[in-house]
Order: sequence, then C-alpha cells, then structure tokens
Amino acid sequence: MAHFTKATSVHDWINQRLGIDTVRRVMATEYWIPKNINFLWAMGMVLAITFALLLVSGIFLLMYYQPNVNTAFDSVNYTIMREVDFGWLWRHVHGVAASVVFLVIYIHMFTGIYYGSYKNGREMIWISGMLLFVTFSAEAFSGYMLPWGQMSYWAGMVITNLFSLGGLHADGIVEWIRGDYVPAQAFLDRFFMLHVLLLPLAIMGVIGLHFGALRIPHVNNQDGEELDFEKEAAKYKAGDKKGSKVIAFANDFMSKDLFVVGIFLIFFFYLVFFHYDFAMDPVNFDPADGLKTPAHIYPEWYFLWSYEILRPFSTNIGLMAFGFAQVIFFLLPFLDRSPNAIPANRRGLFSLWFWAMLVDMIVLTAMGKLPPEGIFSTIGLVAALVFIGLWIALPFITKSEKKA
Amino acid sequence: MKELFILAVVTVFTLATYYLVEPFAHSKMHKHVESEKFAYADLPALTKKGDANRGKDLVMGAGACTGCHAIKVAGLAAPMDPVATAQSYGVNTPDLSNAGVVYDAKFLAALIKNPAHALKVEHKYDAASGKVHPMAQFGGAGGDLDQEVADMVAYLQSIAVKQDKLTPKMAFETACGRCHAMKYENWTQIGDKPSFKMKKDELAFDIQVIDYQDALTKYMGKLPPDLSMYIRSRGEHYISTFVENPQHLIEGTAMPRVGVTAETAEKVIEHLADAGDTKRVERDEVGKKVMVFIVIFALFAYLWKRSIWKDLH
Repeated sequence: MAHFTKATSVHDWINQRLGIDTVRRVMATEYWIPKNINFLWAMGMVLAITFALLLVSGIFLLMYYQPNVNTAFDSVNYTIMREVDFGWLWRHVHGVAASVVFLVIYIHMFTGIYYGSYKNGREMIWISGMLLFVTFSAEAFSGYMLPWGQMSYWAGMVITNLFSLGGLHADGIVEWIRGDYVPAQAFLDRFFMLHVLLLPLAIMGVIGLHFGALRIPHVNNQDGEELDFEKEAAKYKAGDKKGSKVIAFANDFMSKDLFVVGIFLIFFFYLVFFHYDFAMDPVNFDPADGLKTPAHIYPEWYFLWSYEILRPFSTNIGLMAFGFAQVIFFLLPFLDRSPNAIPANRRGLFSLWFWAMLVDMIVLTAMGKLPPEGIFSTIGLVAALVFIGLWIALPFITKSEKKA
Repeated sequence: MKELFILAVVTVFTLATYYLVEPFAHSKMHKHVESEKFAYADLPALTKKGDANRGKDLVMGAGACTGCHAIKVAGLAAPMDPVATAQSYGVNTPDLSNAGVVYDAKFLAALIKNPAHALKVEHKYDAASGKVHPMAQFGGAGGDLDQEVADMVAYLQSIAVKQDKLTPKMAFETACGRCHAMKYENWTQIGDKPSFKMKKDELAFDIQVIDYQDALTKYMGKLPPDLSMYIRSRGEHYISTFVENPQHLIEGTAMPRVGVTAETAEKVIEHLADAGDTKRVERDEVGKKVMVFIVIFALFAYLWKRSIWKDLH
C-alpha cells in the first residue's frame, strides 16, 4: 500500500489519492502537440463540443419525449415545442447539431486525407475515426425515427428494406430488425433504445479509443514533418518555447482550440435561431402515415452521397456498390501505397485524386437529393462510377509515387 | 494569410454543397407558383354598385341564402346542426356573418352565380359525373341578375365585422375550419372542443366529430388534414399560393378555391403560425442575445489565444 502523509491542503489530500497532478501533466501540460498546425487541427475539439451539445440537449428532450407511435409526434411538436419552457431551443439545438456534426466530421476526415494523417503509425487513429463515423451515422438514423413524422417512417421503411439484400429476398432479416412487418411500435421502441442508450455508449467508448490512438503516434503537422517529440519537449521545458517545435495541449493548444470553437459557435447558433430549416425537413412535420408515400423520399444531406451510390444501379449491383462505399474508407491506410505522409499538394497524382474525390462526393450528395430523372440520373451514375474508379485507382497511383 | 485561405476553401465547398442540396434541389423538386396577389383575375369584375338594403331582402328571401345558411349577427340560427348539415350536404354550410370581410367581393358574386366555377371544383361536378354542387346556383329574383348579386354582396359586407376586428382565429375558422381540424388549438370541424367534466359528455362530443368527419370524408374523398403543423410542413409561401388556387399546386384536388382576400389570407397564416410556431418571437429575441454573448465569448477566446501564443512564436 502506498504511503499516505497528513494532507497539507485539499489539493494535496486529493492528489495523494487520485494523482491529479500526474493526470494533469500527462493529459494537459506535458501532452505535446506540434506547433506547425492550422485551425483544421481544432476540429476534434469542435466535434467534442458539438457532441456535448447533443448530449445535453438530448437529455432535456428525453424528459418529455414519448416513444409511442400514438404520442411521439405530439410529444415533440406539441409538448416540447409549445408547452415546455425552452423546449423549442433544446430541439433546435439538437436537430441543428445533429446535422452540423456531420459537416465537421467530413471536414475532419478530409483534413486527415489531405495531410496523410492515416499512415506511418497513425492507422488506428483513422480506423477508430471511421468507427465513430459509422456509430454517429447509426445514431443520426435512429434519432431521425423518433419524431415519427412522414420522413421518419418512410426513411425507416426504405433503409430497413436494404437488409433484405436485394435478390436474396432475406425478408426475415427485415422483419427481425423491425420487430414487425412494417415500422410500428416495436420498431420505434428499439430505435429509441438504440438512440438514447446503446449507440451513445458505443460512441463514448470509441471516442476514448480515438483519443487513445493519438497518444503513441502523436498528432500530425501541416508539413508532415517527423518530429522528435522528446527532444522538442525538452527544449520547451527548458524555456525555449519559441524554438521548440511542440506546444503543450493546455493551455497552448487549448487556447487556439477555444478560439476556433468560439467562431464555430457563432456559426452554429446563427443556424439554430435563424436558419434551422435545412436540418429539420418540412416533410417530417407531417405525422407518419403508412398509407401515404411522400413524393420525394431522401435521407438527410450527410447520407446523400452513399444513397446516390446505391440508387443509379439495379437492385443487386446498387447494394454491392453501397456496401463498397460503406467499408472502403476504412481501408484507406492500406490502399494508399505511398510511404509519404505529407500534404496532398506535394504528392503529385494523389493531389488530383484528393480534389477529384472531394468534388465527386459533393456531386453525389447533390444528385442524391435531386429527383432521379433525365440528366440528374446520368450525372449520378457517372459520379458513382467515378467514386468506385477512384478507389480502384488509388493503390496504383500511390504505388508509383516517388519517395519525398 | 494561410489560415484564412484554408477557411475560404472550406467555406466555398460547404456553401456549394448547401446550395446544391437545399435551394437548388428544392427548386427542382417542387413546382414554384408565384402569388397572384389574390386578384382572382379569371373572375369578372363587379360592374354594378350594390345596395345593402335591397341585398338584405334578397339574402333573406324565399329560396335564397337563409334556407341553408345561418347569419348569427342578423339573429338567424342555422336550420340544422353541423352534423346533420354535413350528412345532408357533405359539409357544414358556413355562417354568413363575416363572409363579406373574409371573402373577396368578386369571388362572392361569382360564387352566388355559379359555386362550382368560383370554387374551381368543376372537375368534380362535370356533366359526365351527373353530380351537382350542393350549393344551388342563384338564378335571380326576377330583376337584373348582376344588380341583385351586387346587392347581396353589399349586404354581406355591411353586416360583417370591420377588417381590423377580424382576428386570425376568426379568419381561420370561417375560411378553413369547417373542413380542417387543428388539434393543437383544440379546434374540431364542428367548433372548439369544450372541456368536459364527465367522460360520457366528452365521448358524446367526440362521436359528433366522428360523424361529421365521416360525412366530410365521403364528400371530399379523404378527410382534409389537420393543420396544426402546416406552417412548418408547408411554409408560408406554399400555404398562401395553395389557398389562392389549390389547382395550381395539386391538379384535380377536391379542395376548393377558398376565395379569401389577401388580408384574410395573411390572418389565416398568422393563425397557423400561432398553432405550429408559437415560439417565433421568443426565438428571435433569445437568438439575438445568444449571438451577442457568443461573439463576446469568441473575442475573449481570441485575446486569450494571443496572450498565450505571443510566447510561442
């Protein structure tokens, strides 16, 4: 047993028992971050804050929401929006944050791709990040069911139908997932459970893994320079803060993070109060009606690109393409055969690949929402083929890349 | 500066995505109908100047309006209760007390002469179907038809409340409330739902509503939707242009052109907002305060960052 002495202060008392000084040193004052970074490195903190907003607003909503097919719609639109003081605020914060969190996730992902922050030891950061993307997607989808509006119902119908696996006609799986032949009470109850318990738990676990994965390889920097963190840290601790290539997580990195978070929150709250419609589809303000299919069924904007990879093809091929799109990002560290972990603009063909992928995903996103008619279905088909083609080309163009 | 350049790149791609997914996609998905400013240009203008006194005799006269319509302000009750009326005609006949202010004068005149035409529901009552609109056409009382109709309109205008006394709720009830319920405002097609002491009385009321809705469903083909959340699900522009001429947005719909004036339409929309977007004023006020707070927060965060980073560079 450790040796305890009479505490000289409250701090000392706690420190002897919990080692908070060590925790603070390891997690903050001597957690080293490269100095050569830009605001894109603050997206992790922006995501953490957005997740906190989702969690807190979700807790308040949970106090009044009723997971029942007869009362769910009214508990949201009447009780929360009209009766509960500031219920509207929690709902708009929750709805807008659910949408904005994906914008930031995509920025965070493409930052990682651009700067090559997924290789040379950083593979687990990328894979745990992709796991977060998948769990956040499931969380968003399950949450979208809860207001039990027209889009909840029909998106639930369409997405669960995918599990019949096309030509395999595995309708048993669909019924097992729904707990019924169509989305109904059992369906709503289980998605409620997933949304408020199982998936948030999973997300918090994977966030821990994601942070942990950063620890050994350290954060990348703007030029992909390999730093000797111990040497640079020693310089910093010796007082040469200007000469050192690293900074401490707190307060150095944190002060920059917080400034970026401040700018982000200006944007976020502007959306919450003055421009929330994009995140709260009008169609979902009609109560669910199994006898009335909406004219246009589309997912929220952040799923559109993968929806458009499904849509232009026949059922079976579409499902295979869709499955491909869901897993392929996980494999990025292994498909990129180049040893260079440097910004894309210094990587020749890969630079083209990066911008082509970004533009292609935006085109897919747009076509995923537009009705699949005429020129739009052609553009959608081409963009889907380009997406698949780019991934197939990736190992070849990176293999031929010269060592920087 | 490099960071600003990166921010510009992120912003451009974000805005491009937003533009494509929201304004552009919606412009392709939904037909855009311009407002006609409730001018009802297809209906003939009133050429005769009406006389309210003569109009009163015509409205009250045998075979005219009061056989079916109540005019409460003139002391005339409805001949039948709403449920029995709906079971006879398909829908409750409107009380004409405020018709003169709620509806456009040109529309009223056209309605009296040929209801199916003014209401734009002739597709329901064409010769092939053999059906006729439940409201009988007014064929005249022996004099000049246009003059008589102008007189009747003048009378209806003379008894109606003044425009500034017409509340959003009254506008909604007169123009929409006989077909559309509004649960969040406690409105049923047969009126406000009272609070009952006895469960039995409440059930009796509910049965009346159901009977009424059954008759209405038969008349319209389906039960007209509850409008509680329409301000969020359809939005102001859609509702306004739809009310102006339903056929423009949903060809062949059983919903008649309502014939309201532009002022009444605004009041109807205000009432819809009172039901489905009750916190809009609070939202704007709180929004402004939060924006001020968060800008100050960002400013302090920037100062803190600068004070720390001056030792690092």
